[in-house]
Amino acid sequence: MAVVALHALWLLLFPPLLLGVVGRTKAWFSGRIGPGLLQPYRDLARLLRKGAVFSPTTTAVFRLGPAAAVATAWGAGLLVPLMPGAPPVAFGGDFVVFAYLLGLGRFLTVLAALDTGSAFEGMGASREATFAALAEPALFLTLGVLFRVTGQTSFAPALGAALPPAWARAALPLGLAAAALFLVFLAENCRIPVDDPTTHLELTMIHEVMVLDHSGPDFAFVLYGAAVKFTVLGTLLVDLAAPALLPDLGRWAGLGVRLGALLLVAVAVGVVESAMARLRMQRVPLYLAAAVVFPALGLTLTLV
Amino acid sequence: MSMETFLAALGLQLLGGALGAGLARRPRLALGVGAAGAVAGGILGLVFALSVLLGSPAAPLDLPWPVPGGRLSLGADPLSAAFLVPIFGLSGLLAVYGVEYLGAGAGRRGVGGQIFFYNLLAASMALVATARDGVLFLVAWEVMSLASFFLVAHEHDKVEVREAARLYLIAMHLGAMVLLAFFALWARQTGSFALRSLPAGALAPAPATALFALALAGFGAKAGFWPLHVWLPKAHPAAPSHVSALMSGVMIKTGVYGVCRTLWLLGPAHTSWALALLAIGAVSGVLGVLSALAQHDLKALLAYHSEENIGIIALGLGVGALGSAAGRPAVAAAGYAGALLHVWNHGLFKGLLFLGAGSVLHATGTRNLEKLGGLWKRMPWTGATFLVGAAAICGLPPFNGLVSEWLVYTAFFAAGTGEGGALGLVPLGGAAVLALIGGLALACFAKAVGVVFLGEPRTARARSAHEAGPAMRWPMAALAAACLGIGLLPVPAVGLLARAVATLDPAAGAASEALARWGAPLARVGLASAGVLALAGLVLLVRRALLHGRAVAESPTWDCGYAAPTPRMQYTASSFAQPLVGPQGVFSAVVGPQVHMAPPRGWFPSAASFESHAPDAAEARFWEPLFQSAGRGFAALRLLQTGRLHHYLGFLLAGLVALLVWALA
Repeated sequence: MAVVALHALWLLLFPPLLLGVVGRTKAWFSGRIGPGLLQPYRDLARLLRKGAVFSPTTTAVFRLGPAAAVATAWGAGLLVPLMPGAPPVAFGGDFVVFAYLLGLGRFLTVLAALDTGSAFEGMGASREATFAALAEPALFLTLGVLFRVTGQTSFAPALGAALPPAWARAALPLGLAAAALFLVFLAENCRIPVDDPTTHLELTMIHEVMVLDHSGPDFAFVLYGAAVKFTVLGTLLVDLAAPALLPDLGRWAGLGVRLGALLLVAVAVGVVESAMARLRMQRVPLYLAAAVVFPALGLTLTLV
Repeated sequence: MSMETFLAALGLQLLGGALGAGLARRPRLALGVGAAGAVAGGILGLVFALSVLLGSPAAPLDLPWPVPGGRLSLGADPLSAAFLVPIFGLSGLLAVYGVEYLGAGAGRRGVGGQIFFYNLLAASMALVATARDGVLFLVAWEVMSLASFFLVAHEHDKVEVREAARLYLIAMHLGAMVLLAFFALWARQTGSFALRSLPAGALAPAPATALFALALAGFGAKAGFWPLHVWLPKAHPAAPSHVSALMSGVMIKTGVYGVCRTLWLLGPAHTSWALALLAIGAVSGVLGVLSALAQHDLKALLAYHSEENIGIIALGLGVGALGSAAGRPAVAAAGYAGALLHVWNHGLFKGLLFLGAGSVLHATGTRNLEKLGGLWKRMPWTGATFLVGAAAICGLPPFNGLVSEWLVYTAFFAAGTGEGGALGLVPLGGAAVLALIGGLALACFAKAVGVVFLGEPRTARARSAHEAGPAMRWPMAALAAACLGIGLLPVPAVGLLARAVATLDPAAGAASEALARWGAPLARVGLASAGVLALAGLVLLVRRALLHGRAVAESPTWDCGYAAPTPRMQYTASSFAQPLVGPQGVFSAVVGPQVHMAPPRGWFPSAASFESHAPDAAEARFWEPLFQSAGRGFAALRLLQTGRLHHYLGFLLAGLVALLVWALA
């Protein structure tokens, strides 16, 4: 019970901190001091205090999009373990619900973008839908490697006690799976090299342009939902990769390790965003194809 | 319940059809009578089917029949009953929609034929699902094909409808020819046309595989397996919308029923059959959804999605057969249950989507996505129910598509994680393909819903659209409620299918226990759907509380400061799908889009045009050339058509003499 409450509290309050870490890392890389670590919290509080402006073209779908983004990200977050092997909700086949919950959030965000009747949002929606369709098989193949190597079909056992011996047995397939999951993580959260979250040119945006017309509390929900999705997918990555480098330390120490590793993932994202530029749009399918090939290779290696 | 109840249901449907056709001079009354017959027969038949699924079997009926080799043999086991549920349930509901849909245009076109053949189609589909004799099955199959042909050809004054109906008739009869070969081989192997399950090992592997291949081809032509699907995107847009809904939601499932019945007839599945089903499912699913992305006719888009969902059903049957062949009843149970539940689910949400498309067509007079837009404000019921159908078909929570896809994924991963060796990789590849199909379907339905219902209306016709009347709205609402209901309460729905799954897998006892094993996680899936609804409701309440009393203003959509935005500046359906299926898109090599462009010339604005379309790859590269060369070959036979009677009499005489010589020799 305490574990569930802690998980819920973490899911509610932790995500904006990761965005703050990313921003701070990028600032350090470019020789600036940058915004404080808690700046995203202040931004969200400011937006939640504002009124809103709506376009007369929009309908109820536009109002539903941001709320759905938050609700589905939270729902997905309840399925991913933070403490090793102990998510609040676990059952056989929960990874399917995880993936399709994120899909629901994406579906309603894309529809909210098309609802504005703007060419910009339509373009962002089209690109988001394309890249997400190509990232889905990569995610499922990665999970396929994980489940095949551990012999489980649910997040809780597969990312819990069964994982350290699996890393000892099949490090290469799991390593390929973790690399692919990092590529998928960057794509799903619209980070460089798929999309540049700080660009000002609408024609180069994907996620940022889909939410151009949201304002006030709706925009706060959009930013917060993106932070929660970042945290949830980052936790999945950390759960997969951490047992490779660190021994099994028990529940509370494992929790501390996970939180530290999440901050490291945020720093890594900041480094990647500072060190390279966005890929050309035509090359993103190749990037996602790499994310498909790595776990496919890992699966063939499990035969050996 | 006994088979008499079933026959009474058929009788009510046929009676309603005949009476309605007789009253054709008063169209509204006729449509009402026909729908009443369909609904009454549907309710009775649904009760019958549910009672069989709940465990009270119906004694089979076996009567002699003057047709040579045939018997009037009917039986309703749980597998038949699983298919009777959508047949009876949807035919009644869609007939109610048809009352208003056809009633509106009844002044210009007679509806007697539509009423009669609609009820005949429903009755013949039910007969196909319960026939236990090969000859009776073929007769019912043919009646089904002909009835649907006349329904498709309703607007036969239009050229494209005539072409579509002709293509449909030819495709159905080519499939029926293959089925004739199937039943002939069956009778040769077993000694009679009776369809009864054989003990294991009664059939040698070679004839069993030959029978399975014939079944895949013959039933696949009806179901829409690639490359036998080419009639689907022509016939479904041509038919009236409730007929398209019935054909797409129910009639193509009789092809699936045929494949299931073949698996039951031929005993334990072979691994090669399972792999064939998986391959067909994967190809149909991916090509179907890619072709759908390239369409701008709303009903052709939905028809291609039917091909995709048939691919998903085939994937489920394939992994079920794989589990059955490998002696893993848990995998077989999940795979077969997923496939059968997807038969029900697809009937529900595809029916809903076609009814929505019909409502749009009825209101605006066009199916072209590029001429619609902004219909949500003008048709809120249609928009909301179409959105529910779109979310359901993409397998998104909290609707029913998630449940059947969850079952198929579970089967894939159970097979892939427990099986060592290369055979374990095939299900995981299948899971990746299913994920790709799901992602592409999401893109396609985001396009469909977004371009049709959201944004600004692109033409005057879209601007002046009006909502459909109650007889069209209530069936859509009922189907949407059913989609949500199965999504929130999956365990009762899958529980109803337990006996049907046990019928498909010979290891019957193990299979239903295995299904009970999936009951607990299945209930959690339903709870997860309910949970996300609750979370979304919570966030919406917080939002309402925050905006209460605050300044909420209205301002046009951001357009980069352009002074005069127009609806034509919105993203179009073709643009939305361009990164995937456009000329430089990711899948352009597979889809083969063609672009005809005349760009503006010179320095000043001038006339320009752009047109893109994606011809069906199987049709353009395989069937068209095949039929052209067959046509050229048959044209040589025109030498015999001299137009002179004495030549024809001479041919008859020569033929008789040849037969006499052959008979005597």
